[in-house]
Amino acid sequence: MNPGQYEIAIDPQWSTAIDTIVAANAAQPGSLIQILEQTQKEIGYLPENVQAYLSEKLDIPLSEIYGVTTFYALFNTEPVGQHTISVCMGTACYVKGAGDIVAEFERQLDIKAGETTQDGKFTLEACRCLGACGLAPVLTIDGHVHGRLTSADVRNLLENYE
Amino acid sequence: MRVNTLEDLHHIKSQSQESGGHSPRDNHHKLTVNVHQGTCGIANGAKEVYAAMVESAQHYLNKDKQPENHSRDKDHQNENGHMGESEYIGEIKNSSHNSLNGIHITQTGCPGMCYNEPLVSITGPADQPYIYGQVTPENARAIIASHIENQTPIYEWLVNTAPIDKTLTAMQDMPFFKNQKRIALANCGVVNPEKIEDYIAADGYFALARTLSEMQPLDVINEIKTSGLRGRGGGGFPTGAKWEFAHNVSSDQKYVVCNADEGDPGAFMDRSILEGDPHRLIEAMAIAGYAIGANQGYVYVRAEYPIALERLKWAIGQAQDKGLLGDHILGSAFSFTLDIRLGAGAFVCGEETALLSSIEGKRGEPRPRPPFPAVSGLWGYPTIINNVETYANVPAIILNGAAWFSAIGTEKSKGTKVFALAGKINNIGLIEIPMGTTLRTIIEDIGGGIPHGKKYKAAQTGGPSGGCIPTDMLDIEIDYDNLQAIGSMMGSGGLIVMDEDTCMVDIARFFLEFTQDESCGKCTPCRIGTKRMLETLDKITEGKGDAGDIDKLEALAHSIQNASICGLGQTAPNPVLSTLMYFRNEYEAHIHEKKCPAHACQEMLSYTILDDKCTSCSLCARVCPTDAISGKTKEPYKIDQDKCIKCGACMAKCKVGAIEHS
Repeated sequence: MNPGQYEIAIDPQWSTAIDTIVAANAAQPGSLIQILEQTQKEIGYLPENVQAYLSEKLDIPLSEIYGVTTFYALFNTEPVGQHTISVCMGTACYVKGAGDIVAEFERQLDIKAGETTQDGKFTLEACRCLGACGLAPVLTIDGHVHGRLTSADVRNLLENYE
Repeated sequence: MRVNTLEDLHHIKSQSQESGGHSPRDNHHKLTVNVHQGTCGIANGAKEVYAAMVESAQHYLNKDKQPENHSRDKDHQNENGHMGESEYIGEIKNSSHNSLNGIHITQTGCPGMCYNEPLVSITGPADQPYIYGQVTPENARAIIASHIENQTPIYEWLVNTAPIDKTLTAMQDMPFFKNQKRIALANCGVVNPEKIEDYIAADGYFALARTLSEMQPLDVINEIKTSGLRGRGGGGFPTGAKWEFAHNVSSDQKYVVCNADEGDPGAFMDRSILEGDPHRLIEAMAIAGYAIGANQGYVYVRAEYPIALERLKWAIGQAQDKGLLGDHILGSAFSFTLDIRLGAGAFVCGEETALLSSIEGKRGEPRPRPPFPAVSGLWGYPTIINNVETYANVPAIILNGAAWFSAIGTEKSKGTKVFALAGKINNIGLIEIPMGTTLRTIIEDIGGGIPHGKKYKAAQTGGPSGGCIPTDMLDIEIDYDNLQAIGSMMGSGGLIVMDEDTCMVDIARFFLEFTQDESCGKCTPCRIGTKRMLETLDKITEGKGDAGDIDKLEALAHSIQNASICGLGQTAPNPVLSTLMYFRNEYEAHIHEKKCPAHACQEMLSYTILDDKCTSCSLCARVCPTDAISGKTKEPYKIDQDKCIKCGACMAKCKVGAIEHS
């Protein structure tokens, strides 16, 4: 791809934020993952135009950037909901019924794990071990930890965010 | 103050001990209130407990006159997970406390008793700690009022008392700690992880000082080799030999890497060490750098551990300020820099060559070995990679000697192993046991047995690469070789206990789902083989298994083991093979009788209401998410099997045990 042939339409607010992140990190070897992580923190997700913009800025082929964003679970290429529910599906949580909790969220929100509700309010994730097995089964909502749950707690948890 | 010499280190140690701003263990001057703040503690409200403790203590101290109390470390930024204002020190003016200089409220990492979080321990001069469990902010206020103000401990809330005669049990005599030996976890729950002085007061950085002043790189390597230390990340490769390979390669640039990408679901020992004692890792990595001739290190930490990450960053900053990282450490010719790289959520990055790719900013795909990283690693330079727990043993080996370390453990597995004890067990927690301890000791004595009077069925070690250990092998002495011999493996230390309600076919399916999802896709046996195995297991747990499925699973398992590029694929079939070895009857019941003996596989369950027990209270009908239950007053309720989604909510809700499943 020749620079200039591919029109990158990007929100100027985003490009300013990305420029700052790139300037702070690009000098370090192997900083692509850190740059993507900080960019996602800023923008919320990594849509194609953002990846293309980063490709030009860093002089890394878009294919390589796309390869990295789709490889790691941390990165989203779609926008996420206002609140993210991450139910731990580590072994300790699983044997204590985390599967039932995911199923109950799926029922209440009418989405599957990995999806976002139509109103953009909740994203439901079944995540890898949070390392808080003492609280199993455990989940986080926007990073706040809730532990020792049963599927009967799901409704109450959601009501706090209504 | 920069630390330039061994004397400087001694000076900080004695100063720290005199000021009392040191671990409560040897604190003879003050009444120390220690609020334990690991991830579990914080999630259970330890931060609020800490705030309540400080507030009540201030209130108490201010009662008579204005005391000269002060808070330390106010300049700490209270960022994500950061302890912020990490201690409170106040002078006690009350005459009843004449023997004391003050009250010192501090924060440490987790002592391992996850089941009693949030924990607060109160230690007076020459006292054993009084350990309060499951403390709430209200309890915290009551504890300050009773224990500190009126000098009357609240015995009902203590976790280390004999219930009847109110005598205090020393921490090391508690059933949970009695069979443990803490080397890697020695400081966890003891020192304030955000105060380098606390670590130094507990002999921290003295091993690095000894290394730089008295030992040649080969002496360090020999000490580690003689100690018998093996990799604690799972593989069990001799650490000293790994360091020697890297030492022997001549290169201008070498790297030391720490694998803190604790991906094994159900393991949290690395998180606990990073949160509770980050300086130990920094010290060990500097020693490793000196031994192999590297001046740059990387810690690869998973992004799911925000508190661990913050504390490690903070600790690296402190070590730099003190000159214990950076140029000319302790006035020597040795320089060493440490940086953090963030894992982005890929289990395969626990494999060393994949981890290196990830540090380079690429997809975390493994590559065939040789060449081994010790020869050609990060950006092609010689690199050693060890896990957090492996490093955590190094300072103690240097300080106490290889002979001390190798006296602990079994013939081929020296030292201790940390396990994250979780699942269906009473005392969930982080434990460290000498190698050779039996599984029975772990489950029955340390773990306090299985909750709700259920029966032990199996313990799973080694995570998605490991296997299940059945009841008749409870007396096995845990070490690398014994676990391998019975079809499991040490792994990084997840130890998940399962009871009679756990279906072993479902557990095997759970692990296969995990490895299939986490397979990087580079090699066919792992990418497609695990997918086919998972499909077969899905079929069996849904009650659609065929007679030849077990043979198919076994044949596939052996092909995947033999033909995959990296450890992930080579070990992915282990959970299936080990459950087939010990719980074959459960597979057969699923396939031939279409029954799940543990009543866990929902597709094969049917729920019914027992007419003679039903009291027509309607609780079950109200809780049913699909309105499958109906009934009238004074008549037994019924379940519409077509509408029932087998969620089990009715059975959990029924107070008279009128609902059963089969």
